[in-house]
Amino acid sequence: MTSDPRAYTPYHPRWLRQPVSTYWWLGKWSYFRFIMRESSCMFVAWAVLYLLLLVRAVGRGSQSYDAFLNWSATRWVLTMNVIAFLFVAFHAVTFFEAVPQAMVVHIGRHRVPGYLVKGGHYVAWAAASAVVAWLLAGA
Amino acid sequence: MVKRHPEPFLWLLFSAGGVISAMLMPILLLLFGIAVPLRWMVAPDYEHVLRVLSNPLTRVALVAVAALSLFHWAHRFRHTLYDGLQIKHLNEVIALVSYGVAVLGSLAAVYAVWRLP
Repeated sequence: MTSDPRAYTPYHPRWLRQPVSTYWWLGKWSYFRFIMRESSCMFVAWAVLYLLLLVRAVGRGSQSYDAFLNWSATRWVLTMNVIAFLFVAFHAVTFFEAVPQAMVVHIGRHRVPGYLVKGGHYVAWAAASAVVAWLLAGA
Repeated sequence: MVKRHPEPFLWLLFSAGGVISAMLMPILLLLFGIAVPLRWMVAPDYEHVLRVLSNPLTRVALVAVAALSLFHWAHRFRHTLYDGLQIKHLNEVIALVSYGVAVLGSLAAVYAVWRLP
């Protein structure tokens, strides 16, 4: 045995690693909310697919556009879109709530307060929604 | 020579896609996916929608929204599989499939927009 405690020794203790259940996220509301937030990306992907199907239908002519609208009114597509809407709205809120932590804005030497940065995003969201609604439905 | 890692660039795409999808996807789904099918509003007529979508600015915006949102999905999906299902050992396969789908989806968006009259 060596007298120097810092000297190399081939001995290494076993790692202390607690096995974590695959369903760890069901154990606590905050964990579940975290996984729901992460899962919202699936509905973002669905929204892209739905948008591209709309563009394709419009590109193919008025009959194809009518067929797309009829398909959108079927029970399963409507149900899917209601669920997707709730998830993408949840995605939007969680994204904007995290903005003050992710984005530090300075005007001159002054740091803009987090609530103003966050509020600006909500105002931009409302404005973007109003423009899209006006462009597609209101004009 | 310094080896450049793509992770910061992927996080950038994730953030940009997250913001753009948060801004635009809820209203698009609400209008076309819910309000029109439930007859809360009259469906926009074909000529009008075609005029809006065919505008060069709208075409560019459509491709940007689709591509960035897909990269947002890919990045978050990859990390959800790592954290949620703890399958980080399949890193390469998951990354290839996720970002591969995002690239193919982006190309599909370019094609769909290009095919508009």
